[in-house]
Amino acid sequence: MKTRKDANIQKHIPKPRRNPRWGKEEETNIFAERVKLFRTGKLSEDDFRRFRLQHGAYGSRLQMDYSMVRIKVPGGEILPVQLEKLASLSEAFSIGSAHVSTRQNIQLHWVQLEDVSEVMRGLVEVGLTSREACGNTIRNVMCSPLAGVCPDEQFDSTPYSKAIARFFLRNPMCQNLPRKFKINFACCEKHGLVRIADIGLVPMTKDGSQGFRIYLGGGLGAASFIGYLLEEFTSEEKLLPTCMAVVRLFDRNGNRENMARNRMRYLVNEMGWEKFQKMVLKERSIVMMTTAQSTESMFNLSAEEEDQYLPKENRYGTKLRMFSERNSSNTNAYDRWVHSNVIAQKQAGYYTVFVTLGAGDVTANQLRVLAGTIRELSMEGAARNTPQQNFAIRFVNGNDLPEFFNRLASVGLSNPGALTITSAVGCSGTTSCNLAITNSHRLAKEIQYKFLELGLDTDDMLFDSTIKISGCPNSCGQHEIATIGFFGGASRIGSVMAPTYTMLFGGSSGERGELGRVVMRVPAKRVIDTVLNIIEIYRKERGEGETLRQWIDQVLRGEAIGSIRDVEDIKRALAAVVQLPPVDQQPESYQDYGSDVRFTAKTAKGECAA
Amino acid sequence: MKLKRSLSMDSQKKETLSGRGSGLESEYHSTPDTVCDVNTLSVLIRKKNVRVVDVRKEEEYAKEHIPGAVSLPLARILEKESPTHCIELLQDIGVNEDLPVVTYDDTFGALAARVAWTFQYIGHQHSSILEVTFSQWKNMGFRTEKKSNSYKWQPHPLKINQSIYADLAYVEKVSSNKVLVDSRERLNFLSEHIPEAVNLPYTMLRADGRVLSKGDDIRRFLQNRGIHENSELVTYCGSVGTLSGLVYYGLKLAGLKNVRLYARSFKEWKALGKPKTEFKDANYWDLSAE
Repeated sequence: MKTRKDANIQKHIPKPRRNPRWGKEEETNIFAERVKLFRTGKLSEDDFRRFRLQHGAYGSRLQMDYSMVRIKVPGGEILPVQLEKLASLSEAFSIGSAHVSTRQNIQLHWVQLEDVSEVMRGLVEVGLTSREACGNTIRNVMCSPLAGVCPDEQFDSTPYSKAIARFFLRNPMCQNLPRKFKINFACCEKHGLVRIADIGLVPMTKDGSQGFRIYLGGGLGAASFIGYLLEEFTSEEKLLPTCMAVVRLFDRNGNRENMARNRMRYLVNEMGWEKFQKMVLKERSIVMMTTAQSTESMFNLSAEEEDQYLPKENRYGTKLRMFSERNSSNTNAYDRWVHSNVIAQKQAGYYTVFVTLGAGDVTANQLRVLAGTIRELSMEGAARNTPQQNFAIRFVNGNDLPEFFNRLASVGLSNPGALTITSAVGCSGTTSCNLAITNSHRLAKEIQYKFLELGLDTDDMLFDSTIKISGCPNSCGQHEIATIGFFGGASRIGSVMAPTYTMLFGGSSGERGELGRVVMRVPAKRVIDTVLNIIEIYRKERGEGETLRQWIDQVLRGEAIGSIRDVEDIKRALAAVVQLPPVDQQPESYQDYGSDVRFTAKTAKGECAA
Repeated sequence: MKLKRSLSMDSQKKETLSGRGSGLESEYHSTPDTVCDVNTLSVLIRKKNVRVVDVRKEEEYAKEHIPGAVSLPLARILEKESPTHCIELLQDIGVNEDLPVVTYDDTFGALAARVAWTFQYIGHQHSSILEVTFSQWKNMGFRTEKKSNSYKWQPHPLKINQSIYADLAYVEKVSSNKVLVDSRERLNFLSEHIPEAVNLPYTMLRADGRVLSKGDDIRRFLQNRGIHENSELVTYCGSVGTLSGLVYYGLKLAGLKNVRLYARSFKEWKALGKPKTEFKDANYWDLSAE
């Protein structure tokens, strides 16, 4: 017999989404043809590389016969049928698992160059594309995974992010920029990577009309900058002209000579913000006066909005015990998971579930189970991938959470801690990247494993802290916006080279985001103990109700109240733990994670700037 | 010849027959020496003009199997892999030279392929693998049975077909037209493989719901790799030629004429200390989420 509650839930079952058609069939065949031309020497290596990157295939570590195919997920929104296709493609052409990146891409590694066109063919079927995921173009347009459900947001920025992505994809105006270009949308001032993008946008309403606070010229890399606020309020009508103006200015004035300094943030820095700001505003008026209607119509917000059906509140939903409840590592697995992976939405009765991955890795089988779970238990019938390398599945009924948990548990996806310090971020590192010096990917997984074992996900005082790791100074692991960040390098210790990380403190994301500050170097095999030591010191030293993150900020300002007052104090306190015993006593301490041979810093030329 | 005609006739009837089981429109054109589609098999079973061979473990056969099937686990073929032993097994399940054989398993077709290839190697040309696994057959709604079947001994001559077989000497022989195909998954291939081998993982030739993709797709994969119909291919895998057996049938399905199986595969190659290509500059195994 059907109860009223069942009937209500029935009504909310979402209609299947349209195929979003980001991909194009003809590009598949062209790619296959170009590979043949390249292999038979009829296309030069440079020309082919540019073409390949434009289509999202990046060379693999010291093995150019293999590619990493970077699949864009515009706005981070991904459908069950797409996850299933990724599962099949990863089994057929990759390594049987996929990798969620820090910019809401999904990457397939070690794809043979000859098979890239086949991956593209599969992507087109489900409306995905790898076009302009690499190369000097506008990369995947990001959007906060909480957009549309965040209690603090003014309005849902998702359709805007997708409309902007669609406007610039294959647009002649951004096919050959001086360098890559990144656009990030937030939901509110807290969530989103708006200060570390070329264009970062926070939705806001003013006098009843919608618009954005727009930040320009931020970005992470070997040298990082925090973006500047263009103006107090940019109205919705000016969204497209502003973006176009910035892209045009960068295209015209950006540095095309020095590959190491040609992101837009360098241009802004060299020119000075005031001058750049004036130029943007002037260029925007020109854009507004001269843009043809046919061009403007390519920015089709209503088409994206139509597809963005979100359920309203769920009157029959249940309330959950949330963060205020006490938890410990003895708490049963389900409660522990709810505590650190589930948050309430602005729509009463609905919850967003974060699915814990290990540094973004997900197997084909897990993707399939995830797809089925989303289809049946998310009332919007879609998921978001997050910059923390997890999945967020929204509009889940409180009643369905136990079932959700059980399904995840059946494929090893029910780890807690997705929203805590245990969920360490790691770029792909020496698992596949030409530039990597260390295996940041494996280190992130080791941290997660160890910290979950220690139950650190249950300590609410660590809740707002993050750990992010890059395998080189280039910041794909976003180490500069972590509470405790690390980037990889190589150091001579005694007479031997060892993998080491430079540790940074106090980075943060969101609209008030700040870059972390370098503290000290730590050997790779001492990173876990060093972080545990920091936590131990913090627990002794903290003020009343002070979280780890707050305490670290105090230390950075030299204002901590205990025996550790500033960065110099903490460096002294950690001096012992970062020491390695002599190499003949403990040779494995001089090896990197995932390796049992002597460490050498082997890298090849990066292709980001090709 | 007579057999081929009767099979293609059955294939033409497919449209009227499909829908019985599952409504599946078979995308294969059934051929008597590669892959047999479910509808063709149903017709052959009804006409009692086929020997269906279940290569799973005996216990699994005892529980349930395709109607009329006999049990012949792969292990029995492998326990003494001499052609005389294998021809006796074939005679014991009542197969003469003219009776088509269709093998199946529940291990994505790899075990069935190894057995079907063995039959072809000892001289039974019309031996094919079923396009689906036993589980898929069942899920499609086709009939199964429990009773154990045995058939009267039939004579079958032993005619070794060297043209589909490769031993170590053959693999080592230098030839410009020969392509070694490593059928293992990508990470295994990257770790180590026979020098000059190309990687065509068995997972690449699979399709959703079937043990092999369409011939056209496989042909395109090969063309992308610059491998053409007149190339000579030798498949191998990690141990006894199961994964590479499946790839052998995939390549036949794609229309390649000259395909051989290196049945002793990489296991023998490694045991003999033959040269290998290894790749150690990346920690790619750490990417696997297992």
